[in-house]
Amino acid sequence: MSLKDLAIDRAGSIVEVAGAGAVAQRLLAMGFLPGTSVRVVQVAPFGDPITVEVDGWRVSLRLSEAASLKVRPA
Amino acid sequence: MSTESGAVLAAPAGAVPVAVVGNPNTGKSTLFNALTGARQQVGNYPGVTVERKTGLCRTPGREFLLVDLPGTYSLAASSQDEQVVVDVLSGRLPGEPRPQAVLCVVDATNLRRNLFLVSQVAEAGLPLVIALTMADEAGKRGIRIDAARLSARLGVPVIPCAVPRGQGVAELREALVQVAGRPNAFPPVPWPPAVAEAVREVAAADPGLTPAEAHRHLFDLEPAREPAPAVAAVLGKARQRILDGGLNPVSAEAYLRYRHLDALLEGSVSPADPVRAARPYAVDRFLTHRFWGLLAFCTIMFGVFASIYWVADPIMKGIEWLQGKFQVWAGEGLTSRPMLQALVVDGLINGVGSVVIFLPQILILFFFVALLEDTGYMARAAFLMDKVFSWTGLNGKSFVPMLSSFACAVPAILATRTIEDPKARLSTILVSPLMSCSARLPVYSLMVGAFIAPRFGALWAGAAFFAMHLLGLVVAIPIAFFINRFLLKLRTLPFILEMPPYRLPTLRGVAMKMFSNGKEFVVRAGTVIFAFSILVWALTYFPHPESVGRETEAVARARGLGAKDVERAVGSAYLEQSLMGRFGKSVQPVFAPAGFDWKITVAALAAFPAREMLVATLGIVYATEGEADSSDLRDRLGQERWPDGRPIFTPVVAVALMVFFAFCLQCGSTVAVMAREAGWKWAAFAFAYMTGLAWLGAVAVYQGGSLIWGKGA
Ligand SMILES: Nc1nc2c(ncn2[C@@H]2O[C@H](COP(=O)(O)OP(=O)(O)O)[C@@H](O)[C@H]2O)c(=O)[nH]1
Repeated sequence: MSLKDLAIDRAGSIVEVAGAGAVAQRLLAMGFLPGTSVRVVQVAPFGDPITVEVDGWRVSLRLSEAASLKVRPA
Repeated sequence: MSTESGAVLAAPAGAVPVAVVGNPNTGKSTLFNALTGARQQVGNYPGVTVERKTGLCRTPGREFLLVDLPGTYSLAASSQDEQVVVDVLSGRLPGEPRPQAVLCVVDATNLRRNLFLVSQVAEAGLPLVIALTMADEAGKRGIRIDAARLSARLGVPVIPCAVPRGQGVAELREALVQVAGRPNAFPPVPWPPAVAEAVREVAAADPGLTPAEAHRHLFDLEPAREPAPAVAAVLGKARQRILDGGLNPVSAEAYLRYRHLDALLEGSVSPADPVRAARPYAVDRFLTHRFWGLLAFCTIMFGVFASIYWVADPIMKGIEWLQGKFQVWAGEGLTSRPMLQALVVDGLINGVGSVVIFLPQILILFFFVALLEDTGYMARAAFLMDKVFSWTGLNGKSFVPMLSSFACAVPAILATRTIEDPKARLSTILVSPLMSCSARLPVYSLMVGAFIAPRFGALWAGAAFFAMHLLGLVVAIPIAFFINRFLLKLRTLPFILEMPPYRLPTLRGVAMKMFSNGKEFVVRAGTVIFAFSILVWALTYFPHPESVGRETEAVARARGLGAKDVERAVGSAYLEQSLMGRFGKSVQPVFAPAGFDWKITVAALAAFPAREMLVATLGIVYATEGEADSSDLRDRLGQERWPDGRPIFTPVVAVALMVFFAFCLQCGSTVAVMAREAGWKWAAFAFAYMTGLAWLGAVAVYQGGSLIWGKGA
């Protein structure tokens, strides 16, 4: 499953960052590496984007970006 | 796109250029301000809409020229901003001296992620100092950092700071003096043999490349700028080598770098206390809630918008009053030299006034922008609004500029600087002036007051006002879509936005941002706005043969008019035969399909430098009072007839004229600011598309209206 499907307040662990473009590389550079744990902390009022906590900081992403982060629920 | 590059780029002799780099939200601007004080200059890098800010940092022995580079998480150059950082560090920008040292701003609450960029920057080989900002916040979250040990491990000075309290700033200055001339000793990433070999291959393809650039070419799969053919030719093979070494070229850099950093950080940092670390985010439960969050958002935005509108208004009235006093005073002193009088009163003083008039709005808007940014709320606003903008290709960051342009497009265009992506920024700049700004109000009130309210009642008058405000917004969204999609070929912008912890802003920080934007507006746009005002004055003044005045005066007196009316008749006669008047008459056929006669055409043309001048110009054209609520002017408009006796001003023509004003870019100041921010080419484009839209809209209303209600309605 991907980060997009993770319910609010649920944590997971990154398995893979899919894709080979600038977005995937940016996420990797920000620390979304396999093995890192992430947690969905907010969902915007219209359902998109979402905010996730990673490595002690928070970042919001669109569902389309979150879809490229494959996670295993904790 | 700056024309001042020559002047700005010239560093004072002897000042050592130092680049300031760091992630966004690390307190980089606060630190920059603390090190340089008010000695700053702002401009653009030539050819790109990336802001270039420099400032002088004095130490007893030396002077440093700090160059503030755009905030970024990585040197992977997938945007113009990041490309500029790489280029500056490598000394690739023409006219920009290569920095002789780098000051890395590192957020202590987020050490690991921040050091990713530092380790990339270190590959440039320059002397390096790390400013460990937010050290106070890290302490509050229970993060313990052993700075001495860390400094020893990283091979570069690490200075903990709490900048708003002044801690660490003096030590940073000292550290800059100490590292000068000494290449950094940051331990390089121990690349596995396959990667090291691949880097060597890329570097060998172009001996001019710096090691940092060679790494970028190898690792960045989607660069903003294609590498030179010689380099591009070896990339496939080099990346294959990484693959053969058992690593994925997409993730190899991040994986290896982070592993290296984890080893370096070992034993120098203790993790945060989770309960305490969550505190600065606690209000998010409320501020991003699907009901309360939206309510809070609307309240905050309404507050911001209302303040720009209502607080600035009395100040602007005051400025106008002062300007009027000045004009009377200067006019009286120069009665013996009529042409000089006109130049000073209507040209110079008016020109200065038209620059100063924007300052209240700009200062108030930037006060709020700085407040929203420094508290961390701006990121939440973008988060809440993203969905609304995402389908046009933009993201939530366009919201604040768009909203502000309902007050005035000039500060709004300046506010687009908060949008990092240059294309998104450009398209927001291009559509912002479509929002109905406060200067359109007098035009609407004149037309609605004269032709809608009396015939159809207050309800329709109110509806007309509302519709005129909505109109701009309704067309702006599809236009933004087309501009993004077909003109700028904007790839749908990713939305990856850090939500910084909520912070209490400092008054000093907010005030500095507010005043530096005000100053910059006056320096950069003010001169152009001023020049425009003089030009337009000249077009409406010349030629100015005395005979016209004498003859008109004689005729008017013979008709028994009072002194005031005689004066008005003379003004009207001069305008009619001025360059502007002649031009208006000759292009009237173009506006005929919109139902405009030559007088409306001249007034509309004369309003191109500033749309609010329409009312005053109509006053001159019809030789009556130029006020929106003047019953004289309303009556005169109502009496105007075509040669065949039909009234010129019908409700349909009134609406056509309003639609024309709603769409048209009749604001020299906006054009000037656009040109400053995005270049003359784009300013010309905006002017052309909006004028075209205005004409089409007015023609559609007039033709459609005439079809339904007949020509005389
Ligand atoms: N506690 C603390 N706050 C800081 C420090 N430096 C900056 N800030 C605050 O952090 C916010 C963002 O700072 P700014 O300089 O605009 O960040 P930038 O986005 O990196 O330029 C502001 O509210 C500052 O007052 C610091 O060292 N400690």
